[in-house]
Amino acid sequence: MLSPELGHYALALACVLAAVQGIIPLIGASRRDARLMALAPGLAIGQMIALGVSFLSLIYAAVTDDFSVQNIAENSAVSKPLLYKITGVWGNHEGSILLWALILGLCGAAVAAFGRNLPSALRARVIAVLGLVATGFELFCLTTSDPFARIWPAPMDGQGMNPLLQDPGLAFHPPILYTGYVGFAVPFAFAIAALIEGRVDAAWGRWVRPWAVAAWCFLTCGIAMGSWWSYYVLGWGGYWFWDPVENASLIPWLTGTALIHSAIVVEKREALKIWTVLLAIATFSFSLSGTFLVRSGILNSVHAFANDPARGVFILGLLGVVIGGSLALFAYRAPTLTAGGLFAPISREGALVLNNILLCSLCAVVLTGTMYPPFMSLLFDRTISVGKPFFDATTIPLALPLFIFMGFGPMLPWKRAQLWPVLQKLWLAAIVAALACAVAVFELSGVLAILCAAAALWVIAASVTDLAERTKLFRVPVATSLQRARMLPRAIIGTAIAHAGVGITVLGLAAMSQAQHKIVEVPIGTTEQLAGYDWTLKAVEQEPGPNYTAMVATLEVRRNGRLVTVMHPSKRSFNSQNQTTTDVAIHTNMLADLYGVLGDRHGPDTSPTYVLRLHYNPLAPWMWLGALIMAFGGALSLSDRRMRVGAPQRAKPTPASTSVA
Amino acid sequence: MTIRHKLAALAAGLLLMATPVLVLAVDDPSEMLPNPQQEARAQAIGAQLRCLVCQNESIEDSSAGLARDLRRVVREHVAKGENNQQVMDWMVSRYGNFIRLKPAFSLGTLLLWAMPVLALLMGIGTAFLFYRRRAAAPPPPPLTEDEKARLARLTKD
Amino acid sequence: MTTPSDNLTRRRLLMALPLAGAGVAGVAFWKMLDGMQHGSFNPHDINAPVLDRPVPDFTLAPLPPAEGFTTQDLQQLTKPVLVNFFASWCIPCLAEMPTLMTLKDRLTMWGIAYKDKPDNIASFLHHSGNPFTRLGDDHTGRAGIEWGISGVPETFLVGPGGIIRWHTAAPLTDATINRVLLPLVQRLQTP
Repeated sequence: MLSPELGHYALALACVLAAVQGIIPLIGASRRDARLMALAPGLAIGQMIALGVSFLSLIYAAVTDDFSVQNIAENSAVSKPLLYKITGVWGNHEGSILLWALILGLCGAAVAAFGRNLPSALRARVIAVLGLVATGFELFCLTTSDPFARIWPAPMDGQGMNPLLQDPGLAFHPPILYTGYVGFAVPFAFAIAALIEGRVDAAWGRWVRPWAVAAWCFLTCGIAMGSWWSYYVLGWGGYWFWDPVENASLIPWLTGTALIHSAIVVEKREALKIWTVLLAIATFSFSLSGTFLVRSGILNSVHAFANDPARGVFILGLLGVVIGGSLALFAYRAPTLTAGGLFAPISREGALVLNNILLCSLCAVVLTGTMYPPFMSLLFDRTISVGKPFFDATTIPLALPLFIFMGFGPMLPWKRAQLWPVLQKLWLAAIVAALACAVAVFELSGVLAILCAAAALWVIAASVTDLAERTKLFRVPVATSLQRARMLPRAIIGTAIAHAGVGITVLGLAAMSQAQHKIVEVPIGTTEQLAGYDWTLKAVEQEPGPNYTAMVATLEVRRNGRLVTVMHPSKRSFNSQNQTTTDVAIHTNMLADLYGVLGDRHGPDTSPTYVLRLHYNPLAPWMWLGALIMAFGGALSLSDRRMRVGAPQRAKPTPASTSVA
Repeated sequence: MTIRHKLAALAAGLLLMATPVLVLAVDDPSEMLPNPQQEARAQAIGAQLRCLVCQNESIEDSSAGLARDLRRVVREHVAKGENNQQVMDWMVSRYGNFIRLKPAFSLGTLLLWAMPVLALLMGIGTAFLFYRRRAAAPPPPPLTEDEKARLARLTKD
Repeated sequence: MTTPSDNLTRRRLLMALPLAGAGVAGVAFWKMLDGMQHGSFNPHDINAPVLDRPVPDFTLAPLPPAEGFTTQDLQQLTKPVLVNFFASWCIPCLAEMPTLMTLKDRLTMWGIAYKDKPDNIASFLHHSGNPFTRLGDDHTGRAGIEWGISGVPETFLVGPGGIIRWHTAAPLTDATINRVLLPLVQRLQTP
């Protein structure tokens, strides 16, 4: 029977297994003892199974309304729909830490299962490092955040969940985001293993890259989902607050993006080895510190979980061991790594170095902007805010050159390149960008928005050009081009798609800077004008829901007298928590979102007035669509034969294989 | 993390500050300035001011009551013919630098504002140094004819 | 010419830079957490720059029968007065009232009802007790903005001459009163 005690026991078991997994294979690898090293996969899979049992026990307790478990009593209720009883398990601090540990366990098991072709010492070390990290988090879970703690007497009903979490988008957002964060533990473990071994070579680069790309895909989707949730649930019309919690996910995304690019250089040219190792460590360190410092309450964020400085001290200690330990190892071992291949500044490698410099500068800006207020407060006892105007002014000028060079990068040959032939190939893309710029000058206001729109089209056009060049489109018969396209490595198609995805996102961001909105208080029957649309409030009615009652508005939108859509924004009052949420109505034609929010009701019952918030958001869906395309590009390149996890043997790649991608 | 998002906002808003965050404020359309240029200026100023009781939101974006009040104050000052700097100074003198979403240049915020350039220069500088060092230690040049001949003689035995 | 081992040490020092950076950040975080536990560091503090400044110009609607007050009244003070912003719709204000009632005999308190209705204010003060000798109504919240408040309750100590000497944006507690507020009042009363 899945009881909370069994779950607690399984968690403790997982912790012990993780500790053994962290120690024995390391000893085995250093003594070259094949039997000890061979224990690693079994331990990793065992740890994952134990965590799975633990997690299932918690879900079982939630589904069966076991309110003697404190965590369930505080976060669930009988009236909650089944789906949200399950997803609510990770909707609180304790449960989310357990989910975090489970995903880390899954990563360890994945390396055990898919890493069969890795050299046994490397595989043992990678699994051991993952085990050590897991030990720390499972200890944290057991000692300060026990999700299975019982209370007595058990309440008859739970306190219920925050109604805002009662949303399918948010229900699955944390697992995806956490998979992104935790997924970077694998490249981190590879980096530590390589430092212990004292060897980083092309094969290492090839092994580490698929794991980094996979984690990156999840993180990209996770961030996009979070932003989308904020857009359609919070009802403020925006999509990014530049809040510390959001920045905490953006920072590892930026370094992770740098990592998946620099790992290519390691794989193809054995250069940038030390840098790539550092990026792998940094990305996971940022993933850890971001998500965990948020829980300590240091950052001025309203996203924060129940703040507990005592818990924060444990976390800080844990971070100190993981990050401090790995950076100390880096300082000791990295200088002994041998230098890699030479390349000229203008070359594929050079472009990737530039990509890394710009991405890391962006990361430094976001990191500084996020951490500056608490540091100012600590050092000078002064409070400041760092918000959107600051980040717009500092990140866009750094991002623009990045977009421009993104166009060239994939077309430059390795080692030494000429800029002119590449420029000649990109003339069409340049014309597209120039035309976009010209159109944008009339359509958009703001220099940065215009430049961003032009840069976005440049990136998309350059990606298309890259594929067209490689398939010799329009220069050979279409059938031959298709044939060539089929022969192209998936990694190349994936790169082009992911880059185009960046362009689409940026285009959406540029257009969203032109969004219009209006907040009004009107009686039923009023028509408001916004962005060329006539918005009429037709009716407002009461409707009961499963555990709430809703006030639903009927909002008719017409353009030039022709009916565009009828929207039903609503406001829900939840019975259990005395809370209200707004349910945004969005009508999209993929080119623009019409976005309506119903606010409070005022005035006498005979002639009430309602607050309406109306937004016109051009190209809004493109922001998230672009992110999904990026993730799809990443996934496509993962399916490349040469990227398959553990496929290659440790050997020098033949010169022929370096000519592509 | 984002999970607790609004619960925390509500808890902080309703209980601590007693200022409801989610509840949409009443916005009187007549609050907008009749002069479109002045209204545009007021919006630009408002976008730089933090809604003190919300997330990293500007008062133009926020629905909180205090944000609406501050919007009104901004419009009053703009209508009086004050320039952007004067309105900003008025706000800062009451709420401190916390209200500026874009921190002012000062000795304390030097590092913050210099960071984009600093990071870029450090990155380019490091890359350049490494490149020069690698380039300065080139692989040995190809053997001269004399050396080749010597090598041939030596290896013949 | 440097020996290879010198060179390695130098490279190690260079490669230790990330560790040093992380170490500095770690120490700072530890100090922040420590400060939060001891109440000396609060990242959510707004720090309105009102200290040692004259009281702002503001106007309050009267709340009869209570006597109201103006900027001039505060400027003409010879003894310190505690100005408290409150509202009947604010739960922490309700929780703060018993503390204010105990302070009533030791310190003059003037109240400003923030964004409230006269009926509600009257019944609120009827139920919780009225610690205020003078009372004003800030129906629009405009006076609150002049004072730089971001919510209720907020409390200001106005010294002689109408200079703001102390400010808190949190509900008053016995600890703050005894440790900070009353000693300050003592000092202000003995010129």
